[in-house]
Amino acid sequence: MKATVLVRLKADILDPQGKAVLGILQNLGYKGVRGVRVGKLIELELDDSEQDHPESQLQDMANKVLSNPVIESVELKVDRTGER
Amino acid sequence: MTVGIIVFPGSNCDYDCYYVLKRVLGVSVRYLWHKDTDISGLDIIILPGGFSYGDYLRTGAIAKFSPIMTEVKRFANHGGKVLGICNGFQILAETGLLPGALIRNKTLRFICREVYLRVETDQTPFTGLYVPGEVIQLPIAHTDGNYYADSKTLKELEEDGRVVLRYSDPHGYLDDEYNFNGSLNHIAGIVNEGRNILGLMPHPERRVDPIVGGTDGARLFESILELAAV
Repeated sequence: MKATVLVRLKADILDPQGKAVLGILQNLGYKGVRGVRVGKLIELELDDSEQDHPESQLQDMANKVLSNPVIESVELKVDRTGER
Repeated sequence: MTVGIIVFPGSNCDYDCYYVLKRVLGVSVRYLWHKDTDISGLDIIILPGGFSYGDYLRTGAIAKFSPIMTEVKRFANHGGKVLGICNGFQILAETGLLPGALIRNKTLRFICREVYLRVETDQTPFTGLYVPGEVIQLPIAHTDGNYYADSKTLKELEEDGRVVLRYSDPHGYLDDEYNFNGSLNHIAGIVNEGRNILGLMPHPERRVDPIVGGTDGARLFESILELAAV
């Protein structure tokens, strides 16, 4: 099965990267873009047979490795389609 | 008196630290590979600057799982002196030995320049030879040096006098124009609650010998050594 971990900077943390992208979009004349925040997407391929509770293991991985909980929040998704 | 300098894959200021301690200050120094687990006989451990593991994922995010970090944590929790410079600070923050995090500079750019720093306290083993309020000059060289901590942590750091260095103007005034990376409260360096761990973004090891343009960094190393000699 596949899992994706969406890592975002927490809402109260300034995102200079998002601000730069916003500036470019506005300079190019795109109307109505009020804010941009840049995060990252991490895709994992998991061995079906090893996963009783993929969510809890993923949460653990996210806290310890994939994100820094001081500055980032995560959203986990497990894709079970194609699972046997 | 022996100082250990950890070498991670991607460290690039390890020899600068070695040179300062060994050649300038005449101290016994040992390199430690990040896979080492024997740190016996050391009085001080330095995590030098660089780009450990290519800054993959986040700065310091991979280095914190190096085998030696388990020993560094044990050493620090028993009061051992640990100094993290630049990437070393980022690793200590990732590890949780120091609070907060170093995020992308507000300019989004790698900043390599001389900065003015106001020394906030002499009540740490690393700053005993500085005078509180004095302004020193050290270089910075980083992309992710923008100090962040939540408001509760910031308040604790401030109230406990654990902010050691702040980016300032040449006269010691705090001015956003001189806070090049955008750090909260202009923070350039902090200590932990026990005051035995210092993390700072500027490079004191690059300002120890007059031949490279200044010696303001020397007293940081001399402070630790003086203390260790007592």
